[in-house]
Amino acid sequence: MSALPPTPSQTVGPYYSLGLPYAGDWEAVPEGTPGAVRMTGRVLDGAGAPVPDAVVEIWTGRPGGVRARGPEGSGFARCSTAPAGAYRLRFVPPAGPYVPVLVFARGLLKPVATRAYLADDPFLAAIPDGRGATLRATWTGDATLEFDVRLQGEGETVFFDYGTGG
Amino acid sequence: MSITEPAAHPLYLSPDYASTVLRAPSRGLLEFPADPEAMELTGPVFGEGEVTPGDADLTTGRNGDPIGERIVVTGRVLDAAGRPVRNTLVELWQANAAGRYDHPGDVHPAPIDPNFSGAGRALTDDAGEYRFVTIKPGPYPWRNHHNAWRPAHLHFSVFGTAFTQRLVTQMYFPGDPLFPFDPIMQSVRDEAARARMVSAFDWDTTVPEWALGFRFDIVLGRTPVEDA
Ligand SMILES: [Fe+2]
Repeated sequence: MSALPPTPSQTVGPYYSLGLPYAGDWEAVPEGTPGAVRMTGRVLDGAGAPVPDAVVEIWTGRPGGVRARGPEGSGFARCSTAPAGAYRLRFVPPAGPYVPVLVFARGLLKPVATRAYLADDPFLAAIPDGRGATLRATWTGDATLEFDVRLQGEGETVFFDYGTGG
Repeated sequence: MSITEPAAHPLYLSPDYASTVLRAPSRGLLEFPADPEAMELTGPVFGEGEVTPGDADLTTGRNGDPIGERIVVTGRVLDAAGRPVRNTLVELWQANAAGRYDHPGDVHPAPIDPNFSGAGRALTDDAGEYRFVTIKPGPYPWRNHHNAWRPAHLHFSVFGTAFTQRLVTQMYFPGDPLFPFDPIMQSVRDEAARARMVSAFDWDTTVPEWALGFRFDIVLGRTPVEDA
């Protein structure tokens, strides 16, 4: 079968909040769901400054759509970092060791793709230069995690190639 | 064979678009692990209830008719093999006819239209097709460089069937004289790839006595393991 070339990616720009946020978008599962955790963090730029116009998305593999969520919630959640560069997400950890994370922002012509690992994993140890540590979320309580995304420079988060190149 | 289509997409670092300079990753990307069980190869599944019927019509839902040129924008969401991507969510946001977003951060001295929010969403049908009714947006200035203007565009966000296919792009209108001067559009280095972001005027989509029609097909990337 002949392949069609893809539609190029473009930035979400500064006004994504017209189209992307929705009520309860940061909650992949409802409050009080057994096993739910809350992950918080910041998106930081190459100068170490918080990025106040980014969108962080996670996918945790539960069935169901995005806005139309059943009583069990959805496997997807989205949080804008406006106004202070910080995000929060509530989800039930998936069976595997990590949660896939995408970050969109003004100034990102395509999203960055990373993973928040919730436990140590041999995959992290195999990443060169000790950079696997950037993918390890930190437990700050029984059900709370911290995970910062550094877009550039010192401590730059490891990003994956989803097929759109560097 | 490489899984990537690098020329089809912008580089992260595109210095003519000034905001990329401190936000572009600098260390190179990690190859996606060749694991057919990877969570990224699945994604949300959308059903009835994800959208309500009025969501795809940006010209209704407020008190009156928005000002500007009413248009129909339709097209198919396809995977790399040309297969329709059915029941996937398409989110849309845009400026009004005067080039102004209904957003507190937009300080362009052009009027807000109280009858136009500039946001919509749709699910694709069994043919992978979506259809919006909206107002043709105006170009708008931004402060990237002296006398910087964005060509008129719609922002599109599409899910696909895998998290790796997630795409946010912009749809442009044919023949816009601002194309050569726009660092965001020109961040796509390949001319044929840029052309894939430009919609086509279409008589079959045009509704007599009512609205011009534009077609914009969206092709999602191959998933890494499809190619492995
Ligand atoms: Fe825009």
